[in-house]
Amino acid sequence: MTMIDENPTGAPSYKWVGSRSIRPDGLDKVTGKARFGADLTLPGMLEGAVARSPHAHARIVSIDTSAAEAMPGVHAVITAADLPDLAEAGAKTDDVFMSEKILARGKVLWEGHPVAAVAATSREIARAAVAAIEVVYEPLPHVLTVDEALADGAPLLHAEMITRGVDPAPKTPSNAASRVVHERGDLDQGFADADVVLEREYTTKPVHQGYIEPHACVADAGQDSRANLFVSSQGHFSLRAMTATTLGWPPSALTVTAAEIGGGFGGKTTIYLEPLAVRLSSKAGRPVRLVMGRDEVFKATGPTSGSRMKIKMGVTNDGKMTAAQVWMAFEAGAFPGSPVGAASMTAIACYDIPNFLVEGFDVVCNKPKVAAYRAPGAPIIAYGVESIVDELARSINMDPIDLRLANAAVEGTQSSYGPVFPRIGFVETLEAIRDSDHYRSPVPEGMGRGVASGFWFNIGGNSTATVHVNEDGNVNVIEGSPDIGGSRASMALFAAEEFGISVDRISVKIADTQTIGFNDVTGGSRVTLATGKVVIDCCRAIKEDLCRRAAKTWDCEIGDVEWVEGQAQHASGTETPLSLAELAETAPRTGGPISVTKSDNVRGAGAAFTTQLVDLEVDEETGVCRVARYTTAQDAGKAIHPSYVEGQMQGGVAQGIGWAFNEEYIHNADGTLDNASFLDYRIPVASDLPMIETIVVEVPNPGHPYGVRGVGEAGIVPPMAAIGNAIEHGTGVRLNDLPMSPVRLLDAINQRNDG
Amino acid sequence: MDYLAPITIEEAVGALASTSDSRVFAGATDLIPQIRSGRPEPGLLVDLKRIDRLTAVTEGDTSWTIGAAAPTSGLTENIAFSRQFPGLSEAAGLIGSDQIQNRSSLGGNLCNASPAADSVPAMIVNGARAIIATPDGTRTITVDQVATAPGHTSLEPGEFIVEFEVDKPPARTGDAYLRMTPRTEMDIAVVGAGARITLDADGNCTEARIALGAVAPTVRRVTDAEAALIGHPITDDTLSAVAAAASAACDPIDDKRGTIAYRKQVAGVLAKRVVKLAAERAAGTATENGAH
Ligand SMILES: Cc1cc2nc3c(=O)[nH]c(=O)nc-3n(C[C@H](O)[C@H](O)[C@H](O)COP(=O)(O)OP(=O)(O)OC[C@H]3O[C@@H](n4cnc5c(N)ncnc54)[C@H](O)[C@@H]3O)c2cc1C
Repeated sequence: MTMIDENPTGAPSYKWVGSRSIRPDGLDKVTGKARFGADLTLPGMLEGAVARSPHAHARIVSIDTSAAEAMPGVHAVITAADLPDLAEAGAKTDDVFMSEKILARGKVLWEGHPVAAVAATSREIARAAVAAIEVVYEPLPHVLTVDEALADGAPLLHAEMITRGVDPAPKTPSNAASRVVHERGDLDQGFADADVVLEREYTTKPVHQGYIEPHACVADAGQDSRANLFVSSQGHFSLRAMTATTLGWPPSALTVTAAEIGGGFGGKTTIYLEPLAVRLSSKAGRPVRLVMGRDEVFKATGPTSGSRMKIKMGVTNDGKMTAAQVWMAFEAGAFPGSPVGAASMTAIACYDIPNFLVEGFDVVCNKPKVAAYRAPGAPIIAYGVESIVDELARSINMDPIDLRLANAAVEGTQSSYGPVFPRIGFVETLEAIRDSDHYRSPVPEGMGRGVASGFWFNIGGNSTATVHVNEDGNVNVIEGSPDIGGSRASMALFAAEEFGISVDRISVKIADTQTIGFNDVTGGSRVTLATGKVVIDCCRAIKEDLCRRAAKTWDCEIGDVEWVEGQAQHASGTETPLSLAELAETAPRTGGPISVTKSDNVRGAGAAFTTQLVDLEVDEETGVCRVARYTTAQDAGKAIHPSYVEGQMQGGVAQGIGWAFNEEYIHNADGTLDNASFLDYRIPVASDLPMIETIVVEVPNPGHPYGVRGVGEAGIVPPMAAIGNAIEHGTGVRLNDLPMSPVRLLDAINQRNDG
Repeated sequence: MDYLAPITIEEAVGALASTSDSRVFAGATDLIPQIRSGRPEPGLLVDLKRIDRLTAVTEGDTSWTIGAAAPTSGLTENIAFSRQFPGLSEAAGLIGSDQIQNRSSLGGNLCNASPAADSVPAMIVNGARAIIATPDGTRTITVDQVATAPGHTSLEPGEFIVEFEVDKPPARTGDAYLRMTPRTEMDIAVVGAGARITLDADGNCTEARIALGAVAPTVRRVTDAEAALIGHPITDDTLSAVAAAASAACDPIDDKRGTIAYRKQVAGVLAKRVVKLAAERAAGTATENGAH
């Protein structure tokens, strides 16, 4: 690993921040002690199972649950009739859609759409009861892709859906839920100014986040319309709100505890099983556990969108990008809400292009509703944009990094999506790759080399934390952001740095919704920035309090007391310093317990950029590629825990490599999913990957006390394009459709060989 | 679902005869995933792993005897076996992962009757024989006679394979197995190719056996490719003939794992490569570990 410091001399030096402490959750995880979503067992607990649609699109004629209900061991069966009809109640459209996603009402919209759920004394009985539920369907024609969904006369998923964002509004309904546009300058002039204009089309397939832990929860509803929920989630507060909406309950009636989480990558920011578990529990009067099988995870939880994109870009012979026209349509799955908005914003955000039109469509089709996946939308559109940028560089004979440098967004550039960038580190990531050992080494014989860049906004948002100094002087940090990437370690490092005490003396806990104030989901790479900020705020307020207590003890002005390396010191040096432990011990006499809670809607998120480089060996006789070397440079702002920053960078690349070569939803003509297992949905295994080399670039984010930007997502944006670019470099063959599988690549190589 | 773990072959035969709804198993690495994915549960499961002969791996004077339920890691870790049968050893070493190989057996791999089973082409090119327990004693057939169609074998109800016999290879003989999978491991062969080649002192091929997996309902011997090699040295020309014959011998399906065209083309490529590797082993010029 290499760390590149933006300002090695001027940067503050830290003792704990930037160190590689042992992660506090590590021991429990490697010894099997950590409790994940399915690991809670309560007295009298029932096991649940979900009945799902076998059809991609069908009208529900009738549901007969009587046989299931009569089975010995079955305690509750629910259908949509057991949940409030939000449409009838006049709820917001999005909430109506959310509740229809949880349990179908009237129509099923994809294979795997839940129609009923059962709680029984064993999972076997629950499954048998599910099989005994008789649903009569009237199959309807289905649409699986944006092309099918947008075709004239296509069957409609939602009979009344009028495309939003089109002026004037269309008179007839369609499967296009909405349109977004970003434009600037004069497109015609821009293309006229170019020496080379290229126009390409790209397609991508839905891909799943592939978290190892399937969705799981345990609900325990009381007689008082309140319930406890233990669940694997990226955000137990937003999950509480969504679950409550679906149940018609106030959110405060639910206490949600976040289990340890076995991966989420965005996919656990929404609800699937939770309202079913609560409703089954309230109906049965016993706790209920629901756990998905892997096939259910694939069939019924959000992948990210498949897409079609058309991109036209112009460049002058000396490497100035003059115009870009980007059109994209994203599959949303059964309900509106693809990440096409974020994709439109990120599409050309790396570059300062004077003239552009970016247009995106959110399109429903008969597949599972998509969910967030690591930098939602950005990797999809970057596959197209970063591929065409590479082709442009080639066509004007310019180094692909130099072309990017010549057009890079910098501090002061107005971003393609509106705001003016503050200090950002895109150029630094390009330079880091350009100057890396990897880029300076010759391309090995028989290999192709590719480069691509990526952008992700990062966000701030709502966080709450409590910091409490125990009577022994050790510190508890209590927060509400489920830890999916090592954030507890970062919180501990912040507190250790602030107090000037060893990180071993900090204990971090993620509290339930009853115990800590509101927190947004762990998503948008926001936790180290935003939750970190409120933890730091707590620590600083406590330090002030500690100084006040020391001043009281010494009977001096607070201005004479300073907090230095874990103790209060008197400016004159006349008093013996008071350590945290000493101040904690005397706390009852100096003002009571030492505890501070801070909440904030944190602003000041700093954008992340990354540039990545890959060497690829292509077996031209089989189409199988081997990633021989991969280097990623990413601007972390400040790496609080470098190992976890590197882990995030590598994790994003690993997922991107899977997306590039093999991952895809394969549907049969009847609309059913053909590869709902890890055997045929191929995420990479360890031996598919080289050690991914990381260069952590640190251009501090001016919006954060330690310069944090957020690192979780940007890493997955460039790999598909970088690999496509390397394939062309190595073979002369350009693939514009994901995945770039051995079958597709060999086909293209055959065509090249046939001339 | 009942479970029995007999310790003698006779007990096992008796248990199987007691009900028509019985199934033997070894590592259960095919069986359990199949039941989990909704295939009907048998009424009686008979575990073969407690029967000594079924898990023994023994080297005789002229042949090896491999228990049908012996975990395949016992083959890949057996240095003498892996020296004599590098191809069969590496085929067994491709099954799943280390964890899977501590359970998976040759008997299960063969009797699951998947066209893509990795050890089967390697067993066939080595002329392996299956000793089958029946209610009336044992009978012996060659491995290529076991699988009849995907998921189906020639074994009668109540029969099971006790062990495999495979003769030690003659001098100047090498075997090899290669497969194409999109991933490097934890995958299923899109095409598999096994070969055993014997050369004379001048480098001419005197005996050749080539078998392809995953390109037809059962593993397919490519006799045209074998004929193209006999009496000739291993050259680019003979290898091209092997590739063409292998492609022509395929009768694959189009599915999510590969197209017909892809499987045919890659079967040719792998046949050529596997023959080359086996011939290098026969000639003693192979460079990798495990070769003679
Ligand atoms: C994660 C994973 C990865 C895998 N990867 C591969 C791979 O790369 N290549 C590959 O080829 N396979 C692979 N497999 C499939 C499987 O592991 C192999 O086929 C293995 O060899 C089966 O052996 P087993 O002992 O576990 O069989 P079992 O599951 O015990 O039995 C399989 C079938 O054979 C029958 N059977 C077993 N023993 C006998 C016997 N002695 N006589 C008659 N019938 C018998 C059983 O009744 C059953 O129908 C994989 C499986 C998993 C779960």
